[in-house]
Amino acid sequence: MSDDSVYLDWNATAPLDPVVREAMLPWIGARFGNASSGHERGRQARAAIEAARERVAAAAGAHPTEVIFTSGGTEANNLFLKGVAAHGKPGWVAVGATEHPSVLEPARQLARQGWALREIGVTESGALDAAAWREALARRPAIVSVMFANNETGVVQDIAALAAGARAAGACFHSDAVQAFGRLALDFRALGLAAMTLSAHKIGGPPGAGALLLDKRMDLAPLLAGGGQERGLRSGTENVAALVGFGVAAERAVARQAAEAARLAALREVCAARLVALGATVFARDAERLPNTVYFAFDGIDGGTLVERLDRAGFACGSGSACSSARPGASHVLRAMGVAPERARGAVRVSMGCDTGAGEIAAFVAALARNVAALKSLAAVSVC
Amino acid sequence: MTYSDKVLDHYENPRNVGSFAQDEEGVATGMVGAPACGDVMKLQLKVGRDGLIEDARFKTYGCGSAIASSSLVTEWVKGKTLDEALAIKNSQIAEELALPPVKIHCSVLAEDAIRAAVADYRKKHEEQ
Amino acid sequence: MLKLPIYLDYSATTPVDPRVTAAMIPWLTERFGNPASRSHAFGWDAEAAVEEARENVAALVGADPREIIWTSGATESDNLAIKGAAHFYRDKGRHLVTVKTEHKAVLDTVRELEREGYTATYLDVRENGLVDLDVFRAALRPDTSVVSVMLVNNEIGVIQPIEEIGAICRDKGIVFHVDAAQAAGKVDIDLKKLPVDLMSFSAHKTYGPKGVGALYVRRKPRIRLQAQMHGGGHERGLRSGTLPTHQIVGMGEAFRLAREEMADELARVRALRDRLLAGISAIEATYVNGDLEHRAAHNLNVSFAYIEGESLMMAIKDIAVSSGSACTSASLEPSYVLRALGREDELAHSSIRFTLGRFTTAEEIDYAVELLRAKVGKLRDLSPLWEMAQAGIDLDSVQWAAH
Repeated sequence: MSDDSVYLDWNATAPLDPVVREAMLPWIGARFGNASSGHERGRQARAAIEAARERVAAAAGAHPTEVIFTSGGTEANNLFLKGVAAHGKPGWVAVGATEHPSVLEPARQLARQGWALREIGVTESGALDAAAWREALARRPAIVSVMFANNETGVVQDIAALAAGARAAGACFHSDAVQAFGRLALDFRALGLAAMTLSAHKIGGPPGAGALLLDKRMDLAPLLAGGGQERGLRSGTENVAALVGFGVAAERAVARQAAEAARLAALREVCAARLVALGATVFARDAERLPNTVYFAFDGIDGGTLVERLDRAGFACGSGSACSSARPGASHVLRAMGVAPERARGAVRVSMGCDTGAGEIAAFVAALARNVAALKSLAAVSVC
Repeated sequence: MTYSDKVLDHYENPRNVGSFAQDEEGVATGMVGAPACGDVMKLQLKVGRDGLIEDARFKTYGCGSAIASSSLVTEWVKGKTLDEALAIKNSQIAEELALPPVKIHCSVLAEDAIRAAVADYRKKHEEQ
Repeated sequence: MLKLPIYLDYSATTPVDPRVTAAMIPWLTERFGNPASRSHAFGWDAEAAVEEARENVAALVGADPREIIWTSGATESDNLAIKGAAHFYRDKGRHLVTVKTEHKAVLDTVRELEREGYTATYLDVRENGLVDLDVFRAALRPDTSVVSVMLVNNEIGVIQPIEEIGAICRDKGIVFHVDAAQAAGKVDIDLKKLPVDLMSFSAHKTYGPKGVGALYVRRKPRIRLQAQMHGGGHERGLRSGTLPTHQIVGMGEAFRLAREEMADELARVRALRDRLLAGISAIEATYVNGDLEHRAAHNLNVSFAYIEGESLMMAIKDIAVSSGSACTSASLEPSYVLRALGREDELAHSSIRFTLGRFTTAEEIDYAVELLRAKVGKLRDLSPLWEMAQAGIDLDSVQWAAH
């Protein structure tokens, strides 16, 4: 990793916004109180957490009392699925087939505990398959979770429509908006969701903070028992610094969202067009996608090998999602979209952020062209 | 817990702290609360021949709000008749001291202390 | 020049050591990679830092780095250990044993398992706060699967005989969990020798940042857990979720410093605690809660008879202390830990926990003692109970009006 390397893996994690960092530093310095303490230091910490809660709520269109802070998106997704499930008798739970593992795995865990699980398929463009969706709702699922925007492909689902459908079917509908928050305009209340997951570290905040937004009328069982923090829904001493950072990051990300989305979408199109010209397949190119994400593959070139070479050339990008890249095997997202395994193995993800400009993308495409050419000639040699 | 300025004032500078001798003429004592509950108030009234409360003393084991409530009551009862003192309501005490909901019981206890002291006075004087 | 308020609440949370903060800063700036990113140097860099921190945490407690699982804090570690083991070994039995003076994160977790159909025994402690081994032995049943006993109590600082308890558990094949949130860096822990299967740690009680903790999971003999947080399969599938590198680095550095400096620090803190104890003992009618011998060096928990705790806290607001556990001090209930010791409610109400630490000075202790002497005197002048006691009245003989 050199200082001039270009970071194009913002969907894995985003660099910490320097303004956010400045807001956080006092809380890992002089202001170290435990928010549950009755003395002044404790009260300071409590007030900072409540201010952060208001910021996150305002940024996401929720009421502050609807914000349950967690250690991150994974915990929030677990809290929703297991917390709602613990409140009712086992029934149907339906989730998208391309969900993040932190939704899929808790759902599969519920399935081991007696719930019936339906993983709703997607079309080749990555959108939820309408027939599969109708069929899933016909089972009268108690719990439905569909992600707002996919971490690998960037494909955006029509959450407002899905929420309305799920509500009409009597389901409790949740959306993992970790990748969408701060990148798309979204409003928790207007969308009519029962619950939504947010994370700080994808939007310029620190890792270690997230939230489950939960409609006031909803109830769930906590995942962590203990001191009764977060109105009993999430025990554990609050990570004050991270929550303060989350609040500032949320406010700033949402404030620049519209302008950034337009700027990045233009860059994304430039990038995608050049990739196609080099012979790449861009996944879900015709679908509505996050403005910052381009997911592509070159036939006959292994994605892992390509990102390794790009890394040596000074470009950090992803092969599949960071969370699942520890696991061997092709992306479950591409598999669900019906992409052939040979092609899926070539998958490379470029995800951009506020530091990414036209210069970086031009340099990236040039480096990519060189490496693709080199790998193709290697492949040609080895075939001979 | 954040305390109002008035609670802090009574807590820092409690009025009429102390005790009258039990057998002093016109002295009545009301003791309410229990140590196990976290508060005990002792309120003493000194009633003149004219039936007016000449003076009052208190001692309180309890939180700042309990101390402030009893301190305030000693100021309020002075110069009142027993019936006027009985008319003091816990809501007035709570309002004057801006007590938060979790501390309302302190004002209730202060009202109880007045009742107990007046009852003690009347009991003694009936006996006479 | 003395800076007020004086912080004597190190068991609620500790300041982050400036050296720890310094170690964290690079991970809050240019080194921001996700340690799970396997495709570029940002990720490898973060992963290497996470592994170095794991080694530092393991080294403080005599563990193998592969036995350390990162969590969001001791609460999560306690939940994962107890639920994870209870769920995994449920075919062995569904009876749990813990102690009435445990932290809420343990007690509430066990209660939750009771709602799932497990049964539990909550052991009484002796008057000094320690578990009676005979009582413990008698509580074990053939279907006991998990025992959880804390090492150092958060309120009274007493050190439980976990070596003996662990030996009994080992003998009977029972999984033994120890909450060591208050113990790391405060007492010697050597997991190579201690018969402990699972141990919870927190960073922010040991001069590290909030929001990170660890769970020790023994490899030999191997202890299995059912994961409680599902997702990307981080931490060998035991705890999914993106690892917060800067916090983990902070915990590693905090534990490294603790290992290096613990011996000197404990001697210094113990001397200060004893100075505080001497000063407070000179005040009439004060009682130390919990055993003084089997006790962490940094803790002193004292009841000031005839004074109510909250008004005492208010009177001594120049020193930041806690009345009961930080997690429960919002409630008006007297501390459940002190009640478990058999302290009368009024003594439980009038208890103050002083916890000292790395940045406590003798000057601060002297100031605290002086302040206590003056304010305790003032509040006793105000106290009808003190007046009665001075008059020789036995307060237990008084018929208190119920209210």
